[in-house]
Amino acid sequence: MATAATLQMSAEIAQNIREQGAQGYPNECCGALLGRDTDGSSATTTGGALSLPVREIVALFPLVNRRDDSPRNRFSVTAEDVGDSERAAQEKGLDVVGWYHSHPDHPARPSQYDREHAWPWYSYIIVSVANGKPQEMTSWRLSDDRSEYACEEIAIRDRASK
Amino acid sequence: MGVKVIIPTPLRGYAGKRDSTEVKATTVGEALRRLTTEFSDLRKHLFTDDGKLRSFVNVYVNDEDIRYLAKENTPTKDGDTISIVPSIAGGSAFCCSRRA
Repeated sequence: MATAATLQMSAEIAQNIREQGAQGYPNECCGALLGRDTDGSSATTTGGALSLPVREIVALFPLVNRRDDSPRNRFSVTAEDVGDSERAAQEKGLDVVGWYHSHPDHPARPSQYDREHAWPWYSYIIVSVANGKPQEMTSWRLSDDRSEYACEEIAIRDRASK
Repeated sequence: MGVKVIIPTPLRGYAGKRDSTEVKATTVGEALRRLTTEFSDLRKHLFTDDGKLRSFVNVYVNDEDIRYLAKENTPTKDGDTISIVPSIAGGSAFCCSRRA
């Protein structure tokens, strides 16, 4: 098990995630995190899960929540959406390094369902939205053995890197 | 020449940092078994404890979803490409305590 990582993003991106959570309320919003690991290497050349301590989010790729049957407490991103997200990232010279979603009227803590459906290596941001207003935002990564999520620190910078 | 298996980004760290590998296999199931034999750390992320492909793991043979073919019995031949593609899911009803 590697050490907990740090996720960097601009204040603008953090605000954008919060706003999407508010706009989606009472349903869950979702989208892809486009970025890079900050030593300059890409996901295709770096090591295993949780091997890098700092990850930078450069852009968001908002997606439609495909869970029409239960959008208030579930979100779903199809394989086709994942492909679209990866193409959007590649066009910017970035990788899909994670995903974000909201928890309407629930804390920003991963559920059992979140953990069971998570992939390693990706960062998973959760923003809590209470009565339509965004609250706490957290980020998590699945452990190598799938047994738990590790909370990663979110570091907000003043400006997005280019 | 065998069957090429494309490994998705989040799993490459468990496959020697490779984005693909090649296996000898006549079905998708055999290809995945060989893949997870060579890279055993992949198994828990692709399969449940009782050996079933996880619901959010999508497998394509030459861009055809195996769910619409013969699933893991879908035949493969040399030169085919198997792609493992994530789908993403989650939702509230929290349960887990913070772990820093």
